[in-house]
Amino acid sequence: MTSAVEVKGVTKKFKTVTALSNVSLTVGKGELFGIIGADGAGKTTLFRILCTLMLADEGRAEVLGFDARKEYRNIRSRIGYMPGRFSLYTDLSVEENLKFFATVFNTTVEENYELIADIYTQLEPFKKRMAGQLSGGMKQKLALCCALIHRPDLLLLDEPTTGVDAVSRREFWQMLGRLKEQGITILVSTPYMDEASLCDRVAFLQDGTILAVNTPVGITGLFTAPLFAVRANEKHKLLTRLRSYPHAKSVYAFGSSVHYADHRPSASSEEIMRYLSESELQEITIERIEPGIEDTFMALMKTDDGSHHE
Amino acid sequence: MSEPVIHTEQLTRKFGEFTAVDAISFSVGEGEVFGFLGANGAGKTTAMKMLTGLLLPTSGKAAVAGFDVFTETESIKKNIGYMSQRFSLYDDLTARENIRFFGGIYGLSSASIQEKSKALLSSLDLLPVADSRLSDLPLGWKQKLAFSVALLHEPKIVFLDEPTGGVDPMTRRRFWDMIYEAADRGVTVFVTTHYMDEAEYCDRVSIMVNGRIAALDTPTAMKDSFGVTTMDELFIRLVRPGAGEGI
Repeated sequence: MTSAVEVKGVTKKFKTVTALSNVSLTVGKGELFGIIGADGAGKTTLFRILCTLMLADEGRAEVLGFDARKEYRNIRSRIGYMPGRFSLYTDLSVEENLKFFATVFNTTVEENYELIADIYTQLEPFKKRMAGQLSGGMKQKLALCCALIHRPDLLLLDEPTTGVDAVSRREFWQMLGRLKEQGITILVSTPYMDEASLCDRVAFLQDGTILAVNTPVGITGLFTAPLFAVRANEKHKLLTRLRSYPHAKSVYAFGSSVHYADHRPSASSEEIMRYLSESELQEITIERIEPGIEDTFMALMKTDDGSHHE
Repeated sequence: MSEPVIHTEQLTRKFGEFTAVDAISFSVGEGEVFGFLGANGAGKTTAMKMLTGLLLPTSGKAAVAGFDVFTETESIKKNIGYMSQRFSLYDDLTARENIRFFGGIYGLSSASIQEKSKALLSSLDLLPVADSRLSDLPLGWKQKLAFSVALLHEPKIVFLDEPTGGVDPMTRRRFWDMIYEAADRGVTVFVTTHYMDEAEYCDRVSIMVNGRIAALDTPTAMKDSFGVTTMDELFIRLVRPGAGEGI
């Protein structure tokens, strides 16, 4: 067996809502695999099925070689799960939570301490504090420790960085990198596009459907239109002006610039510059750029009305 | 500049020995989009609670929409809008019911609620789904409605607490279109976010570090003065000096 997770044609419905629709994916052993999608995309449903907390209506899920439906006991002792919502005991201290989870999994904190040492040392000064009184970043670190304390083969992290500031997010991903080096397979979901580039492979999930599975480089290769970063003195006028350009394929604000994709493979920045110069915009700069993960995700997304985005 | 919509001087809040907000002073003008950034635990939430009349400051001065944060908290609550990703609308009510509910909370008359409800539902193209439960609507529509509901009582200022957390990149950008439209109408927008690209969309941003405002300026001026090219770099430099490379 070389794959840690094997999902084939999984569908899950809740009354009228199809949370997952014929989802298939394979996560290799030792991989750091990202599920990228917004709220409501189906990320949590997929995680719950893999954790054996929920059954798929159709299809098959295998985790660490065990069937998620029949062999759930074998799976549960071998995985570490960090749900999206903070779910430790808020009225137990940091130390007590960790001890509790170690005991539940029939081990001790001491036995696997080296695995969490790196993270736990940051929590140590607060070990007597109730988990409910920790800051967001600290809660997240404690939850990760509790998910790791029985040395799982597979770590399932459902949106561990939602609501976490940019610096703590970065530190969290550095921790994941070190866990991966220890041979732990990690399946992690996130709504943050910039985190996708830190995964070995990613799956884009939208409305229960997988839009693409690939390496971060492979994903951006799906974006084929010429892309430009455009700047001008008035961002809003720039957006409007570019959107009314007949050759525009997509126009999106991206931080301090606007990303403009053109329908024509041979589009040149000179031409676009000429078009923009005919307006009252000033200080215009145009630069040809390589597409990023977020550019690609939006290009692959379907819009609210069900049509494919143009 | 006309009277600022938010004005604070040495605003401070302590919890026992701990100073969560440490003498912050700033002003936000009418129609301004003001980004309020900071790491988790920097004191943003405490500051926002004081500005929205939910928490009394320990010392200092502040006025929001012309009302004092010590003595006129009830007036503040009536004259501001508030929306967050975690708490916005009731999923098990319909769009129409949500409007009626929040209109009532904000003390609007039945006649006024009815009139606004009609206008709002039609301007958001929600009339065909006005009576289906909100849980059946796409996230983008819900967000639009939540934002409009926060503006139902025509406040001078709206506080948006991580309004785009967990939202897909396209919906996130549409949401910012709405923020700009509101600002064009003269509504002051006070917004927190963990997306550094969104910091660039603000007229001015402040970055809180350990209870203090470590930087406050336009995104361009701030980046220039620190000699960095992105807000992300700037944020990391301020919040965790000496941190290595990463995202």
